[in-house]
Amino acid sequence: MGNASSTLTQYDIEEVQEHCNNLFSQQEIVSLYQRFCQLDRNAKGFISADEFLSVPEFAMNPLSQRLLKMVDGLNFKEFVAFLSAFSAKASMPQKIELIFKVYDTDRNGKVTFNDILDVLRDLSGTFMSDKQREEVLSQVLQEAGYTRESSLLLDDFVKILDKPGLKMEVEVPVD
Amino acid sequence: MSEISKLNSSCSELDLDRPNLEDYLPTGSIQQPHGKLRLRDLLDISPTLTEAAGAIVDDSFTRCFKSIPPEPWNWNVYLFPLWCLGVVVRYGILFPVRVLVLTIGWIIFLLCYIPVHLLLKGHDKLRKKLERCLVELICCFFVASWTGVVKYHGPRPSMRPKQVFVSNHTSMIDFIVLEQMTPFAVIMQKHPGWVGLLQSTILESVGCIWFNRSEAKDREIVTRKLREHVEGADNNPLLIFPEGTCVNNHYTVMFKKGAFELNCTVCPIAIKYNKIFVDAFWNSRKQSFTMHLLQLMTSWAVVCDVWYLEPQNLKPGETPIEFAERVRDIISVRAGLKKVPWDGYLKYSRPSPKHREQKYAKHCLIYLVLHLSW
Repeated sequence: MGNASSTLTQYDIEEVQEHCNNLFSQQEIVSLYQRFCQLDRNAKGFISADEFLSVPEFAMNPLSQRLLKMVDGLNFKEFVAFLSAFSAKASMPQKIELIFKVYDTDRNGKVTFNDILDVLRDLSGTFMSDKQREEVLSQVLQEAGYTRESSLLLDDFVKILDKPGLKMEVEVPVD
Repeated sequence: MSEISKLNSSCSELDLDRPNLEDYLPTGSIQQPHGKLRLRDLLDISPTLTEAAGAIVDDSFTRCFKSIPPEPWNWNVYLFPLWCLGVVVRYGILFPVRVLVLTIGWIIFLLCYIPVHLLLKGHDKLRKKLERCLVELICCFFVASWTGVVKYHGPRPSMRPKQVFVSNHTSMIDFIVLEQMTPFAVIMQKHPGWVGLLQSTILESVGCIWFNRSEAKDREIVTRKLREHVEGADNNPLLIFPEGTCVNNHYTVMFKKGAFELNCTVCPIAIKYNKIFVDAFWNSRKQSFTMHLLQLMTSWAVVCDVWYLEPQNLKPGETPIEFAERVRDIISVRAGLKKVPWDGYLKYSRPSPKHREQKYAKHCLIYLVLHLSW
């Protein structure tokens, strides 16, 4: 692929497609490459955090800092692999795994009460107090059969979140 | 929604400084949720993640500043030689002729301007009149140097007090295209280099106001200068580009309200460039103004339409921001541009925390309303 070329060969496209388990079509990969080159201003081969934040819609998202840790410095192949969770063809467990990773910042495979609180804080900002958040979370956890001390694993997440209503899809614009 | 009042009362018990949720929510945005808050609703951050990923894949702000290249038409054995001939004509014949025309124009201009400026120091009114004519003249020469084919529609702007002109912005040549018809005074970002030199010498005579985007304090000074200029009956009509930055002539970004709170009539002007020969969008990140001008001078022509639209006044009960949006609508419709809800200055800086607060409000309301409805 090279880091300075702005054209993809057929081999490159197939390599990327394989890496993301065919979740994107070849046309979508070409579109994503154009977008990647547009964001990667000086053709370094990866998009820096600053360049992601230059997209106001992204910078304003409450979870932008968490996602930034996951996408900062990815090369194009890994970038596509990350976005493949948002493809319409991606499986529910794959999408839930991404959600789990957003919660599990220390990557120990467990999501604790505090991890969930942190995400709630990111989402609600100054509009709720810590006490209110803890209250809501404790009650809801209890309802579902967990306690404040429980750690949720990926399987728990899949059990809780795997419902028909969960939609996490992004359409890649193809010219 | 009675839940909001319950919410407010519980909030007031805990913290009086909490921002008022109602202020941030557009009316009717949250439907009454049914049932209790479940763990899966709380943990489900998929809508927010989807928005973030959507922004990574494509966003309306970056689209405004993308130079959309025209489709290449010359990849064919008949057309390619013709195109090559065209290149030879454009660079070898047209360009030198245009440079000559421009040089002659500058010589004439300087020969007239310098004496007028120095000798008529005492006779201000006459001097100003002559200087205005000369500035119009040099702009005509500029437009001729790119073979500008400009079609003006609508009544010519008249010199009346208490009026400002606003227009969409694609390149600094917008100013030149408009100036060749009417001696506008303009408010501009101070540029470095030869452009800055022109700004401080010649444009002074038509009455220009400078600002510096990077200086926050500058805003108050500029607002004051704007007001002073508009009040003065003798000053040239003021031309403002409320977008604050160059946009690619397919979209308009949000208008800054400064031009709309001066208590005067706002006359909208719409400019639309035809990309048939060259794209007039000045992508200041990709090229300097000199390169941009050279690109224009080596193309066949710059074709554009200018519409002078009906003057608008602040309607009773309308805020300056609503007024700005209404005028932006008028201009966008006339020039066939799509509106995007972004501030052009986001090109130079990050969104402030205030922008996030609307998103927070929505999330909180869902949690607290469901929580309280038990």
